[in-house]
Amino acid sequence: MRKLIISRVLQAVPTLWVIATLTFFMTRYAPGGPFDSERAIPEEIKIKLQSHFGLDRPLFDQYLLYLKNLLQGDLGPSFKYPEWEVSELIATAFPVSLTLGLLSLLIALMVGIPAGMIAALRKNSWVDYLPMSLSMAGICLPTFVLGPLLIYALSTQLGMFPPLGWYGPADWVLPSLTLGLFYAAYIARLTRAGMLETLQQDYVRTARAKGATSWRILTKHAARGGLLPVVTFLGPAFAGLITGSFVIESIFFIPGLGKFFVTAAFNRDYTMVLGTVLFYASLIILLNLLVDLLQAWLDPKARQEK
Amino acid sequence: MLASFLFCASQSMQIFYPLIQHFRFLAIGAFLLVALGCSQPSNVEKALEEKILHFGLGAEPQHLDPHLSTSVAAHNILSALLEGLVSEDPKSLKPLPGMAKSWEISEDAKTYTFTLRQNGRWSNGDPVTAHDFAYSFRRILNPNLGSQYASMLYPLKNASSYHQGHKAWEEAEVGVAVLDDFTLQLTLENPVPYFLQLLNHYSWFPVHRPTIEKHGAYEKIGTAWTKPQNFVGNGPFLLSGHQINSVIEVKKNDAYWDADAVQLKGIRFYPIEATFTEERAYRSGFLHLTQSVSADRIDFLKEKYPDDLHFEPYLGTYFYRFNLKAPPFDDQRVRQAFCLAVDRERLVDKVLKGGQLPATSFTPPGTGGFSPTPRFRYDPDSAKKLLQSYLQEKGLDRLPPIELTYNTSEGHKKVAEALHGMWKDTLGVEIRLLNMEWKVFLSSVAKGEFTLARAGWIGDYVDPHTFLHMWRSGEGLNMTGWTNNLYDGALQRAEMAGSEEERWANFQTCEELLAEEVPILPLYFYVHLTLRHPTVKGWHPTLLDHHPYKYVYLEKEDSP
Repeated sequence: MRKLIISRVLQAVPTLWVIATLTFFMTRYAPGGPFDSERAIPEEIKIKLQSHFGLDRPLFDQYLLYLKNLLQGDLGPSFKYPEWEVSELIATAFPVSLTLGLLSLLIALMVGIPAGMIAALRKNSWVDYLPMSLSMAGICLPTFVLGPLLIYALSTQLGMFPPLGWYGPADWVLPSLTLGLFYAAYIARLTRAGMLETLQQDYVRTARAKGATSWRILTKHAARGGLLPVVTFLGPAFAGLITGSFVIESIFFIPGLGKFFVTAAFNRDYTMVLGTVLFYASLIILLNLLVDLLQAWLDPKARQEK
Repeated sequence: MLASFLFCASQSMQIFYPLIQHFRFLAIGAFLLVALGCSQPSNVEKALEEKILHFGLGAEPQHLDPHLSTSVAAHNILSALLEGLVSEDPKSLKPLPGMAKSWEISEDAKTYTFTLRQNGRWSNGDPVTAHDFAYSFRRILNPNLGSQYASMLYPLKNASSYHQGHKAWEEAEVGVAVLDDFTLQLTLENPVPYFLQLLNHYSWFPVHRPTIEKHGAYEKIGTAWTKPQNFVGNGPFLLSGHQINSVIEVKKNDAYWDADAVQLKGIRFYPIEATFTEERAYRSGFLHLTQSVSADRIDFLKEKYPDDLHFEPYLGTYFYRFNLKAPPFDDQRVRQAFCLAVDRERLVDKVLKGGQLPATSFTPPGTGGFSPTPRFRYDPDSAKKLLQSYLQEKGLDRLPPIELTYNTSEGHKKVAEALHGMWKDTLGVEIRLLNMEWKVFLSSVAKGEFTLARAGWIGDYVDPHTFLHMWRSGEGLNMTGWTNNLYDGALQRAEMAGSEEERWANFQTCEELLAEEVPILPLYFYVHLTLRHPTVKGWHPTLLDHHPYKYVYLEKEDSP
């Protein structure tokens, strides 16, 4: 186990370096720059701005300087919002996305896993068909449709929750529900598939023959194996969830990370693009490691292979 | 989905009782959800009591430093936090006393002597003096600051030569003189009839010297002086909170000289970019007013919110630029043909449907009292003849396909498609629509890599000059490759003119030359479309969309 962790951390360094390098040069070679605007900026002012942000140096020097600062944990100021440091912006937006992501994940698991389990236990009955049809609908229904529908029902009509914003716990409900139900649909289907396979295993039959209750079979014998596909899915899904969703953030006006991701690229906010990409990459690496550890715990076979 | 799941779960209760029991927190969760979501009064309902205005800002401002800002969003916030030498009338935007209680204008209209009020205070209690203004003007003009709006101060004598780095401040003799602590004299290069109005642009706003120096912000971009805990202002409101992409809060400034006149206790600005989200925020009582309204929603809102939807004139022109450096638009006849083949009435009535006005000139009529003669007209027959004569001369059957570039947006696409139809029908020209991401578009147009490109211009001050100066030869905004000595001469004469008549006559000449040589194709004049709650009073439509907040108040709908 310790070997696994150490080797992954060692692999992470070159991975992040490659990502930083590719992103750095890709953003620089994209047409347009951070100071292009509809109002023509006089050349001398443009030069001042470029020297202020160090863009007047040779590109390779800029790259080396960026790496040097990166090693010291300095992501630099945002080009678009120079009054803020990139790390400061990520530090403000990430807790928001993390809260939203965790709540959504909780809802996704609380709805998805039971629905999938019940469907698997009662295969080809209406308790299978109904949740599975709903989950198919859930997968097909994009969040930008589900979100406004939920707002219309629970906010406009019933006045239960605020329709947008992120100022208090009541604001958390609708976006988490929108995102959570979307993921719940996937999880329900994955749970069902995983459980069906496990329930046909010999050891489950043995357990049943020994007189174990459905509940015991489900929780003690089948769940560990049956949930493996869900766990595999959860790693990247979780990273996606907690780094923000641009769509959900626009619909509900949430100050999360997703917006920075998208707009930084549009604004040619070089430092912000690099900051968000590296942050996302580090999270994915970390979460994949956690998933592997979790899988090893769930599945003895995987533990041995690793 | 949650409900149906609970339903099927309860149906299979008997078999899955332990399972259900295990997941009973689901029920608790559902209960908590309902408890959390007990119906609460909306922002707008609470506002009558709290006197807080909830303002849809549209976009997060890039800076809150008046000398670095470049956006409408920044104006909306800075005009609450800072006040210049003059303030403005909420209806006509005519200059009213601001930090200066009075002023005198010399006979040649080139020297303005402002007497500052003695009771002007910064929010930390310091007096606002003439030195503050002199320092601020020097700061924005300092070439090392790299301000994008410094040219707004070019009417000041020698300001441009200092700003362009030709001379040091001491040598440059910029027309700013502090006569005593409360008297400031500004000397202009030429008489500028709209000069006092210009002072209401944020580039002319003062900054608090000790605060700027403390954060080393004199010539540095992006210091922390604009953070709520550091910001020192002299306007009717104080910066009290700033969460990026979420909310900017200001509260009433008791140190403001006219604090008694300010009725609002605070304003909350929400940078909601998605127009649909902003509309939903408005409809649920989260906002008092929106920054914009999506064109697709006009019909619905007209029906459901007839009293809240406002179409207000806005000082802006939507137009296309021709590239005169490459065929076929290097030939005047082709440009004229394209221009004459556009039915602006139809574009406005059938395609845009948002109350826009067809642009028959480049300067919107009535700008500062100037009404250009309508010259851009629809005349398909002449259009065909002109194109025919060009084709014959070049020995062509038809024009090769023309590329029309616009930045990606549904609205721009609609206009481009409508024009494509008109040109195809009248001139038989094939148009290729090419949409580009914003920054790519800007850089292509600036480099002259286009044939025909979409553009828009919003005036900075209510005077034809804000529009017509763009087409001076070599001006950075021109980008068409068009140069005309007659135009440059007329513009310069207008700038130097002693009388309004002379100015208007020269601006007419400029408009005439634009219509004759057609370097650009004006399409329509903007309107500002907004939703505004009937409880918002003291808010008047103005051409620049300026709304001095000290006159704004909230009152129940039924009161007169």
